[in-house]
Amino acid sequence: MKKYTFRMGGIHPPQHKSTADSPIQQGPVAPLLTLLLSQSIGAPSKPLVKPGDKVVAGQPVAEPGGFVSSWIHSPCCGTVKKLERVRTPQGYPVDAITIERDPEGTESFSFPPLDPSTASSEELVQRVREAGIVGLGGATFPTFIKLTPPPGTKPECVILNGAECEPYLTCDDRLMREHAAEIAEGAYCLMRSVGVRYCYIGIEANKPEAIAAMKQAAEKYQGMKVCVLRTKYPQGGEKQLIAAIMGREVPSGALPVAVGAIVDNVATAYAVQQAVVLGKPLTGRVLTVTGEGALNPGNYYVELGTPLTMIMQADERVNKVIGGGPMMGKAMSNLDTPSTKGLSGVLTMCLDSTPDIQPCIRCAACYSACPMGLEPMLLARQAENGDWEYAAQSGVMDCIECGSCAYTCPSNRRLLDWIRYSKTQVRKLK
Amino acid sequence: MQELIISGSPHAHTTDTVNRRMWNVVIALLPSLGVALWVFGLSALWVTLVAVGACMATEWLIERYLFHRPCTLSNGSALITGLLLAFNLPNILPWWMVVIGAVVAIGIGKMSFGGLGCNIWNPALVGRVFLLLSFPAAMTTWDSAVNSGFIQAAHTGASGVDASTGATLLATLKSHGHVVDSSSVDWLTLGLGDMNGSLGEVGSIAILLGLAWMLITRVITWHIPVSVLGSAALLSWATGANPGIELLAGGLMLGAVFMATDYVTSPMTHWGQIIYGVLIGVLTIIIRRWGAYPEGVSFAILLGNSVTPLINKYCRPRRFGMRKIRKEAKA
Amino acid sequence: MTIFWLTILILGVVGLLAALVLYFVAKRFYVYEDPRIAEVEALLPGANCGGCGFKGCHDFAAACAGASSLEGLNCPGAGKAGMDAIGILLGLNVVAGIRKLAMLNCNGTCSLRPAINKFEGPRSCAIEAATYAGTTACPYGCLGCGDCVKACPHGAMRMDEETGLPVVDSARCTGCGVCVKACPRGLMQLNVAPQSYKKMVRVACSNHDRGPAAMKACEVSCIACGKCKKACESNSITIDNFCARIDSESCTRCGACVEVCPRKTILVSQIAEYQPKK
Repeated sequence: MKKYTFRMGGIHPPQHKSTADSPIQQGPVAPLLTLLLSQSIGAPSKPLVKPGDKVVAGQPVAEPGGFVSSWIHSPCCGTVKKLERVRTPQGYPVDAITIERDPEGTESFSFPPLDPSTASSEELVQRVREAGIVGLGGATFPTFIKLTPPPGTKPECVILNGAECEPYLTCDDRLMREHAAEIAEGAYCLMRSVGVRYCYIGIEANKPEAIAAMKQAAEKYQGMKVCVLRTKYPQGGEKQLIAAIMGREVPSGALPVAVGAIVDNVATAYAVQQAVVLGKPLTGRVLTVTGEGALNPGNYYVELGTPLTMIMQADERVNKVIGGGPMMGKAMSNLDTPSTKGLSGVLTMCLDSTPDIQPCIRCAACYSACPMGLEPMLLARQAENGDWEYAAQSGVMDCIECGSCAYTCPSNRRLLDWIRYSKTQVRKLK
Repeated sequence: MQELIISGSPHAHTTDTVNRRMWNVVIALLPSLGVALWVFGLSALWVTLVAVGACMATEWLIERYLFHRPCTLSNGSALITGLLLAFNLPNILPWWMVVIGAVVAIGIGKMSFGGLGCNIWNPALVGRVFLLLSFPAAMTTWDSAVNSGFIQAAHTGASGVDASTGATLLATLKSHGHVVDSSSVDWLTLGLGDMNGSLGEVGSIAILLGLAWMLITRVITWHIPVSVLGSAALLSWATGANPGIELLAGGLMLGAVFMATDYVTSPMTHWGQIIYGVLIGVLTIIIRRWGAYPEGVSFAILLGNSVTPLINKYCRPRRFGMRKIRKEAKA
Repeated sequence: MTIFWLTILILGVVGLLAALVLYFVAKRFYVYEDPRIAEVEALLPGANCGGCGFKGCHDFAAACAGASSLEGLNCPGAGKAGMDAIGILLGLNVVAGIRKLAMLNCNGTCSLRPAINKFEGPRSCAIEAATYAGTTACPYGCLGCGDCVKACPHGAMRMDEETGLPVVDSARCTGCGVCVKACPRGLMQLNVAPQSYKKMVRVACSNHDRGPAAMKACEVSCIACGKCKKACESNSITIDNFCARIDSESCTRCGACVEVCPRKTILVSQIAEYQPKK
């Protein structure tokens, strides 16, 4: 069987996918939900409710605060308690709506169901927007914007990202195994909404059950095909995925649609299906609780706004908690925070000690690891010297922050920290 | 739960370390050390111990009293410099010359640039070339008559070429204009290293064992050794010499496997490494055939090191998404 | 012996040719520059800090040499003595500028605002600020990695080991503003420090949270209670986004606000005369 892959760089970190065999369970039911108003990239959403208002499950509680922004819906019936300022997992202040659950409440709000095969493209895109769907792979980019490609571009296919190349995480794997038919239907909705005839579903070869399930589900739709990808990080990076499946490289600084591809996560496709076919807005997601220190490892369907402390039980050795996977996830400094649309996993780590940072020996391991063909060691050095013009010339803005360079560095240098810093500085130059 | 640690992604890290790589190089050097002991006896051990000891002591003193930095001896890089320096010295070099070479290698070759990772030239070769230019006589005298008592056949070297005590095969070749009848060469003796020369350069089979170890443990890639040896063989064949003898006699093998592959002083990209390797191979043969010295590997590698920054500047990796743009620009 | 003379001859000719080439190149590509620019530049500190508003010391010297009046041209690093020397050299009157001083708008020392987590990574404020909200409960305060200290071109800053905060040496600070740009949290502020006052009054906090949250974050945080604003007679205190700020131009340094502040957030510091580095 042909295995697709990207050609440049890449690494093979240990998989640690121990939760792959635990089915998706219903997550904790929190009495108090905290909905952050910044759940997607772009402007924060604007609240539509006041303290004391009664809300029902699925009711919109915040509207987009700009073009790049998203709707937010209440996951449960209850009363709006207050609008307050809470802290993100990284400790930054952010506005939020807290909703006290009414355990008796059964009412729910939903959109009128649409038939994907007859609905117009505009209707579908509008539904995706109103349902508050954002990229659930972690980037949280509002999906409806991807589905309205800029004029002058011609989308040719939809690519579903089921690579899940991050170690530890298994939520997409489980979703594909258990909800293959829904994902395929969601993919069909995406195809219809951008008006393309082909859809490729990329899945890494280490998920044979998911591949089998998706293949069976994809047979129903014309033009839909499952592509088995080689297990290699960062296979699920947008540009790498396009290179692997279509053999085309997204030009530096361009959007994927420039080469005719629209990439969405499988979890996003599932959310799209729910919104279009059932009319359900996005009020929860599947996430993985994992890591050496997790007392309740597994995959859970968690309502947005559930406190992290309820989702994850950690033992006392835990000294690092990461939102997302170990390669691109963000370390958390504040656990008194709710789950969001972008949280694909909670990873607990028990670290003994960090190895010392040693001088760079110019072994070029980072050169061979970089999937973007950059020179991480050079970029990091330019950042240390504050040479932003040179960094921009060396292509620092092409960096996808996958972390392959810092993973592979034998001197344990914090290459990506410097490169990220360099990117913020280069952005300021413009 | 304990106090939380925060850091930027990635939060996973490979088990590979600088120390693992360095100590694997040390392991790869052991077979050659064995051959040196077998051919030259205890004098080889003595030179090696002095060189290693002096290198490590110099590094420790400079780190401690000049840089005021924590000790870095455990990463093994000073040990490797010491071993490689010893491998480039004759067995009967007076101990004080060995110490001078070690101080120059570490002090000037490495620490004056800022220590590990900052040097421009391979430190061991800086030490060796300094000694070669300062004490040319002592650096080209080998006393195998005393020390190669293990095997008498050593004196004949490659039979057919009138190798004599105290001269290396290359020096003999030079006097013959590099033209030999290849049927008269005893290849086994050449491979085992039973001949005159610097400590580490004689045992070609042992060096290849070390190369295999470094390739298996992924310390180095094949690009530099293959391009150095390949280009040298090709050029010597093209100019009428016997490529086999050029590769096996002298320090080309040692240089190609252990010295040219030094991370710090070799180019970063694979293409750059191949250009660098070819440059070293070609320069070596040019110096051997038309230069004043019978042996040119050290100079060739130092020259290769010197152009490494230039190679790094022009042999950069192909950036993702750049090919398309160029095509479109043409069209 | 012939070879000896021959060597001398050849080397001599080569040297002569090279000298001629250099001579003609220097003639051909000669660019006239007012010699006074170099003389003025010699009187400047050469730190290229940009405190004068020009790109570097050379640009400032060129501006001085080309100016008909020194009004608005002031090198804070050269000090009064240095500027007077420039005035004498150019035969122009020096118009003294208003002195500016950099001050830290945070007083969250290690004991008043203890660390609640640990940062592992390069010791750089910029990187820490890009990663998360900081080791303490305050997402606005000083990170204590000393980016400002590293950036200061005049050696006027140091880290206080005990408090974990940077300290500005007012005798050295030229008010060039390099530290202001270096701080990723925007905590360094340039304040006007006229000759007539020997002290500065500042609100040593930049917490923009509402009262209760700010109180939780740090023992000396500004809770925007507004008492200082009421006490101020010169009307120089504003409360911007839940944090008080004192306008150093109109402030009379009376100290009324310091006394009423319930959080001990407003600090008075003595300032020294500027002494240029020798």
